[in-house]
Amino acid sequence: MSLDRDTVARIAGLARIRVDADELDGLAGELNAILNWVEALNAVPTDGVEPMIAVGATRAPFRDDVVTEGDQADAVLKNAPDPVPPFFTVPKVIE
Amino acid sequence: MADLSELLALGIADARDGLRARRFTARELTSAYLAAMDEARALNLYITETPERALADADLADARLQAGHAEAMTGMPIALKDLFCTEGVRTTAASRILGDFMPPYESTVSGKLRAAGAVLLGKANQDEFAMGSSNITSAFGPSINPWRVTGAGVGEALTPGGSSGGSAAAVAAGAAIAATGTDTGGSIRQPAAYCGVVGLKPTYGRCSRWGVIAFASSLDQPGPIARSVEDAAIMLGAMAGHDPKDSTSAAQPVPDFEAALQGGVKGMCVGVPKDYRVDPMPPDVEAAWARGVEMAKAAGAEIVEVSLPMTKPALPTYYIVALAEASANLARYDGVRYGARQEGADLAEMYAATRAEGFGAEVRRRILIGTYVLSAGYYDAYYKKAQRVRALIAQDFSTAFQSVDVLLTPTAPGPAFGLNEKTEDPVAMYLNDVFTVPASLAGLPAMSVPIGLTASGLPLGLQVIGRPFDEASVLRLGRAIEDAAGFDRSPRLLAGGV
Amino acid sequence: MGQVIEGRDGPWEMVIGLETHAQVVSKAKLFSGASAEFGAAPNSHVGFLDAGMPGMLPVVNGVCVEAAVKTGIALNAAINLVSIFDRKNYFYPDLPLGYQISQFSDPIVGKGHLDIETEAGPKRIGITRLHLEQDAGKSLHDQDPLRTFIDLNRAGVGLMEIVSEPDIRSGEEAAAYVAKLREILEDLGVCDGNMEEGSLRCDVNLSLRRPGGPLGTRTEIKNINSIRFIRQAIACEAARQIEILEEGGKILQETRLFDPDIGETRAMRSKEESHDYRYFPDPDLPPLILDQTYVDQIRATMPEMRGDRRRRLERDNIPAANVEIITSSAKSMNYFTDMSENFEDKILASNIMVNEIMPRVFYRNSNPDIERLRPSEANTIINMISSGNISGRQAKEAFEFMWEEGKSAADVVAERGLAQMSDDGAIKALVDQVVAANPDKVAEYRSGKTKLIGFFVGQVMKASQGKANPQAVNALLMARLDA
Ligand SMILES: [Mg+2]
Ligand SMILES: [Zn+2]
Repeated sequence: MSLDRDTVARIAGLARIRVDADELDGLAGELNAILNWVEALNAVPTDGVEPMIAVGATRAPFRDDVVTEGDQADAVLKNAPDPVPPFFTVPKVIE
Repeated sequence: MADLSELLALGIADARDGLRARRFTARELTSAYLAAMDEARALNLYITETPERALADADLADARLQAGHAEAMTGMPIALKDLFCTEGVRTTAASRILGDFMPPYESTVSGKLRAAGAVLLGKANQDEFAMGSSNITSAFGPSINPWRVTGAGVGEALTPGGSSGGSAAAVAAGAAIAATGTDTGGSIRQPAAYCGVVGLKPTYGRCSRWGVIAFASSLDQPGPIARSVEDAAIMLGAMAGHDPKDSTSAAQPVPDFEAALQGGVKGMCVGVPKDYRVDPMPPDVEAAWARGVEMAKAAGAEIVEVSLPMTKPALPTYYIVALAEASANLARYDGVRYGARQEGADLAEMYAATRAEGFGAEVRRRILIGTYVLSAGYYDAYYKKAQRVRALIAQDFSTAFQSVDVLLTPTAPGPAFGLNEKTEDPVAMYLNDVFTVPASLAGLPAMSVPIGLTASGLPLGLQVIGRPFDEASVLRLGRAIEDAAGFDRSPRLLAGGV
Repeated sequence: MGQVIEGRDGPWEMVIGLETHAQVVSKAKLFSGASAEFGAAPNSHVGFLDAGMPGMLPVVNGVCVEAAVKTGIALNAAINLVSIFDRKNYFYPDLPLGYQISQFSDPIVGKGHLDIETEAGPKRIGITRLHLEQDAGKSLHDQDPLRTFIDLNRAGVGLMEIVSEPDIRSGEEAAAYVAKLREILEDLGVCDGNMEEGSLRCDVNLSLRRPGGPLGTRTEIKNINSIRFIRQAIACEAARQIEILEEGGKILQETRLFDPDIGETRAMRSKEESHDYRYFPDPDLPPLILDQTYVDQIRATMPEMRGDRRRRLERDNIPAANVEIITSSAKSMNYFTDMSENFEDKILASNIMVNEIMPRVFYRNSNPDIERLRPSEANTIINMISSGNISGRQAKEAFEFMWEEGKSAADVVAERGLAQMSDDGAIKALVDQVVAANPDKVAEYRSGKTKLIGFFVGQVMKASQGKANPQAVNALLMARLDA
């Protein structure tokens, strides 16, 4: 598997990271180097092996249905870049 | 009041005795460290220093000592890796994207240390979002290793390792009595080895991740970095424990790690995995490992050669798993609710600019790879495959632990390298973690303990890996090696003056 | 079946599947300790996790898990003892983590079914799955000319997403399915079913095909929040698709919004790009593992479903109109059960329920005032009626006084002197009195004008101030006059 410019651009779009056109080739080269190296894994036989999705704790613990947090709009908004309290804001979205 | 250098020479255990015996106060001890931080400023150890907070903490500690309510960590001046959220103290993850983020909450682990009376000196430098093995990805510039090649000039600065490089270097440089780190694939152990200090990654789930900025959730684990095995044991006791706020935290009792040190290693079965070798294996590393094995044997341990055939695929497995998780963990840094926003004409541009400007090159690269390996059509080939290999790696260890109590390996394939080395080729950089990632993937406790110096005068560490929740055995073997090695922990740089 | 739509050149058949999002009734959110209550001040019900703050971690709310299991059982579905929380990755300002914690490959509930009534008779709609996931926050686009405002109160509230098989063939069936599903959720008490507040909302997946032919391309109409709109949206979207298909055009697989004001669906701009959600197991959450005993316990304590209740009421010969009213909500059904406990004449009880209780206690159906007139008090009254202690008219008065004054049944009856006179001796005395006072009427009666019995009964009732038992009066009068 080899990444081309278009794929890098698509992935960058998914990740919401701006990549300028003149960076695409260099980035594709770097990512390919890593991916080629990672492909050594294909040599490991894993037929019938269950994927490991959890380490340690074997089951999700349950929380009681109790309100323990809230009424802290000030704290929640304190670090916001462009707040109009009590709201966060972003550039206008058209649905 | 005791002499400054005398105070700075004390580890946690001795400082505790001194404080309790009123030979000096927490304020005096803290002041000595604040002076040492000044002295070491050129090493760029801290992102944020908190001297006022430190003195206030010290006064609280003195009041506690006075009242007879002191705990082991009371009055201990420590550094926190800047990945631990600290209420009211800027927390950056060494990234531009967090801006001047001021957490309105305190991480569980730093909160426990605070409750135990520890003194906060500041937030230690690190790789950005803990992504790196050299500290060069920090948006605040790298920390510098206080150790230097014999006869080298100031310009030939070495990396302290990463990602907890600031923490390890601060402890080595005497600019903190101990520090917290986090370890995802070796980020406590490798910098500890490079800086000639002790670094312990506990069992996954032993220390709460709540309030610790995530890199890879299934691997991240907070742990102590300290000057001695004993200090690491004491500090781990203050950091560990079940946390209902972290679903992956283990409901396991926390033993008295300090007391466990007394057990010795007589009759302990130490496995030596022949697969822990790189090609070519540096002779210094090979020799240090052999010395460690001899020390263990001399202390009464039984040595068994074991095979861990999944060691080699562990590194690529680690990178797939860690980067996939990271790509999602770092999605929240979008400039909407906190952090440094870059303006854009519309929402899409705002997102793309914020994340392009806010993240450094290595973090961007890792997010892109993580995004790619999870994307439609590639998930099975990369992510799912890696999770299967991960299961085999864990299996490898549990098989080995049927016949041995602990494993002894080198921590890293070499000593600290130059700050400007290995920056061109990311894969070469990733290879630093080759011996540390297998235990990370399996969630096992592992510790790096200094064993001695290379021919050119740089510290090397050995790694002890244990069964899940058996940090006690890891600490015991570490202690035996430490005792036998008699490692001189004064770094050249400080010894020779900056 | 009348399911086909006659097109210009042949019939069309709709193929519809529904994804229903039901907000779980819980105090706290699915993974945080912030309140899940609706309608609070903006950003006041937001935990640090809900705001996507660094280092914050999810811990699952047991009540939400229980709700999913209950619903799964009611939908005749398989409960998966091991399920996985996955991350569904996408960027949107009201999604603070940059991913939604949901369930993808291994949901908590698997295949089941739901039976609905259609004009052609009962029909079984397959349930594909039910999974737990977080709600998103709210974007307000109309508050500022340049900015969208974000309120995260709903971010992280627990939702059950219930996905049907594409078994639905008309707007009417879709409406019946949603109504039935809402009924079940309400009966279980796991969702309040309030569609206006968004506690229950539907995505409609719709495509058209020639009857029996291959499936067409579907569109998804998102977030419809009333049963009427579901029917309308389906009609509009089907008409739009038919027009395109008959013109020889192609249907684009896309997400659309229904605008009830203009009766049209339109493509959503923000969802135009094709998504690649990159689902993977959330490493912050170990697998959700349930014990069989836990599931069995929930199964053993399931409340009676409305369909079963309906059948039970019908077995008691209660008139259909009463059944409909009494079973209209879980709370009214429960009230009726309690009220009519140990009472033989279920028809009488149902009349009292419909005429006296419903207009009072359930006048605000979503929030009935049960404390003000408790079922045990109503039970006392209907027992007084059946034992002849009070008349129907007195019962009516008693309910009015109890409701207005908040007093117990016994107190009201005693204070207002509503107890019925059923002592034969006392009534006989009144009968004698009335007969003695109306010799002419007695003569007329005895000469054959037996209809005058009504006059005599009325006089005796009046003399008793309405307290005499009318049946007893009737019997005693007949005995006296016919003697
Ligand atoms: Mg949907
Ligand atoms: Zn959904």
